[in-house]
Amino acid sequence: MHSGRRFRFLGSVIIACAATMTASQAATQRAPDYPVRPPAPPEQVAHGQQVFRSNCSFCHGSDARGGETGPNLVRAQLVLADQQGELITPIVQNGLPAQGMPKFSLSAADIAAIAAWLHSQPLSDRGTPSTLDILVGNAKEGEAYFNGAGHCTQCHSVTGDLAAIGARYEPKTIQNLIVSGGGGRSFGRRSAGAAAPKLPPTTVTVTLPSGQTITGDLDHISAFVVALRASDGTYRSFARHDAIPKVVVTNPVQWHIDMLPQWRDSDIHNLTAYLVTLK
Amino acid sequence: MTKTAKLLLLIAFCWPGGSLAGQGLDPALLTKPATDAWPTYAGDYSQRRYSTLAQIDTTNVRHLSLAWVSRLTAGAGGGEGGFFAPPAPPTVTGGVAANPVNIPGSTSGSPRLSGSILQVNGILYISSPDNAWAMDALDGHILWHYWWKSRGGTHIGNRGMAMYGDWLFFETPDDYLVSLDAKTGQERWHREIADFNQQYFSTTAPLVVGDHVLVGTGDDLDAPGFLQSFDPKTGDLQWKFYTVPMKQGDPGLDTWASLDAAQHGGAQVWIPGSYDAETHLYIFGTGNPTPAYTARVRGPRDAHTNLYTCSVVAVNVETGKMAWYFQTSPNDTHDWDSTQPTVLVDGMFGGKARKLAMQASRNGYFFLLDRTTGEHLLTMKFSDAANWAAGINANGQPERNPEKDNTIAGSLVSPDNGGATNWLPPSYDPRTGLLYVVLRELYSMYYLTSTDPRMMVGLGGSEQDVVGSLGTSIAAIDYRTGKLAWKYRFEGTGGGFGGVSGLLTTAGGLLFADDGAGSLVAFGLRGRKAPAPLWHAHIGSVENAPETYTVGGRQYVLATAEGAVWAFYLQ
Repeated sequence: MHSGRRFRFLGSVIIACAATMTASQAATQRAPDYPVRPPAPPEQVAHGQQVFRSNCSFCHGSDARGGETGPNLVRAQLVLADQQGELITPIVQNGLPAQGMPKFSLSAADIAAIAAWLHSQPLSDRGTPSTLDILVGNAKEGEAYFNGAGHCTQCHSVTGDLAAIGARYEPKTIQNLIVSGGGGRSFGRRSAGAAAPKLPPTTVTVTLPSGQTITGDLDHISAFVVALRASDGTYRSFARHDAIPKVVVTNPVQWHIDMLPQWRDSDIHNLTAYLVTLK
Repeated sequence: MTKTAKLLLLIAFCWPGGSLAGQGLDPALLTKPATDAWPTYAGDYSQRRYSTLAQIDTTNVRHLSLAWVSRLTAGAGGGEGGFFAPPAPPTVTGGVAANPVNIPGSTSGSPRLSGSILQVNGILYISSPDNAWAMDALDGHILWHYWWKSRGGTHIGNRGMAMYGDWLFFETPDDYLVSLDAKTGQERWHREIADFNQQYFSTTAPLVVGDHVLVGTGDDLDAPGFLQSFDPKTGDLQWKFYTVPMKQGDPGLDTWASLDAAQHGGAQVWIPGSYDAETHLYIFGTGNPTPAYTARVRGPRDAHTNLYTCSVVAVNVETGKMAWYFQTSPNDTHDWDSTQPTVLVDGMFGGKARKLAMQASRNGYFFLLDRTTGEHLLTMKFSDAANWAAGINANGQPERNPEKDNTIAGSLVSPDNGGATNWLPPSYDPRTGLLYVVLRELYSMYYLTSTDPRMMVGLGGSEQDVVGSLGTSIAAIDYRTGKLAWKYRFEGTGGGFGGVSGLLTTAGGLLFADDGAGSLVAFGLRGRKAPAPLWHAHIGSVENAPETYTVGGRQYVLATAEGAVWAFYLQ
């Protein structure tokens, strides 16, 4: 829901932010896998999986991530420390009677293969694309929101800019675009499909003390400088001091920014369910 | 001069840690507010990052100009200078790896200088992942460079060094505490501080308190967090304090679904703490519980708050025993740790003089505690955008709203992963009674990407897409009420994480910050009115919190950007 006041989405907003999105550094700096082990030959890994399935999966689960009685081996401290089976071998060959693990008479080569397979398993799904279906919303309610309470039609049209959007982007990208209004670098970070559409540029109008006004696409802005590119491509920058010159920044997705604190997740989900039907 | 006098003089110069005329650090400096030197992570133990220096003030700051700039190169060639650069001493090499892993910024190229720089007796001590330098504070001349051959690990940053007499200490990403001779850069010893195979990585700056080197570390898998104390002379372990229950009978175990969950529960200690000399308490924050993005295996019930994750913890430095704790995010599900600096202040609250500890947390809430007892005094939301909590409970803790967890369909949540604030050091100004904090009001869609909690080990099971921002600001928090006196929004940051790297205030009435658009800025503070930008220098992407010190009677302002150290003074 939003009020009429916030509806001045194309109205001028003095000193608005220039662009809204950059990927979070914390989220994108992925830890490398530890320790750095040279990958084992694929046939050894395949053999290891086979030996594991016939001997170990009954307790530890077929994926080695824990079963009825045995613990998760993939992230077990000992397995993480093991390099090529040297730590795993004595446990397999001697068992852990106190914990109810019997001994197995497997060859050193078989156990090394088990180790190679365990080490090939990812510790988590961190950084891998999700295949889960995000569509839980109600398309009918989404359509009603689009045409009614959401006031989306003030800027958008399902036969204009949003025509066939359901064929152009995957659902998650569409949902992120509903909130952001476009642009951004982090969308579909792990998703397949087309890149998100480019945002129309943020514009700026600079009014000099003489009364002259210069308008263009915002290049950059700080408390000390504002720079723009005029429609003929000319680059101009102006020193700022106190409130001189007057600077008015207009962000084309200001409505979407103002909407951020207002959204209900259910409205976002319903809108997504509706827009994906536009093929 | 008599023979005795000569002998005394000789002893004075040769005394380890001697403070009479050598380059070593006089430990008495550490217990005083930051003045001429910058001898520890935050300038002093209080973490106020407020300097009593006033040579540079609001009337003359516009004349601040470049004293020198010194560009650093990481790796084996880091000490030798460039083709056009003056010669520099060769690099001292250490490390245990037979074949060091090649990591740009560590083994070569431009280092990320996101830590604090020590300034003691006119020498600067600078570190980045696997690298350390000593530099003349007058002109940026490099005295020595040390490079650690790494066996790998997460090379996200290094927060700086600690000093004891003539000895320096720093941590490496592959989990060693390294001690160097401050005069030569030669290694004294190194000690393994965490198990590299369990994916620990170490970024934080150690802190020296008395005869203790306090050492934290980090981990993004699911290993348990801990704080350790080492003997600065020998490198021997003095004590180790786990931040999660590790065996039956440990306090806090009933706040976990199982002992196994607790032992894999996280709570890393990756930012230096504060120290209260009166109570001998080291006060620090702990990291998030793991798995980070689901409570299913660690805390399915309300009572499962997962102690001591996302907490402010006070430990006695002599014994390593916990005195008190306060948990800022019970059962966190967003990776919003509580490692942000806890700032120690003596001030009035509720009509009484109190010994306070305050923290603006990554989760968007400000907490005021009694630092002697841990008594909770006040909680207030300092981010307008933060929308993840259903309310504040009787203990003053925000209570998570499960609808704002990671969900398969996606939840619109603020803060984003980077948090309302993060490691970015805040600053407390005793003249205004305001805590200045870098405030980020970003929103992400949080998607649950797994239905199997076993695949959500560590940071698995979540995709987060930043979808908008209300901006990045400096927020001035009045600790007495928790309310904002003002909020200064940076126009050029675009709401991104890139940007404001930490704050410094001085008795000259100035606040130094970078503006997220490539400039170091000096603001004139105006009490409860928003500050006025008075001076700036475009030095590129600023990487650490600015610092200040005096050398030769002159006040300098120091910041790093893009692998270079920049020093400014009044011409």
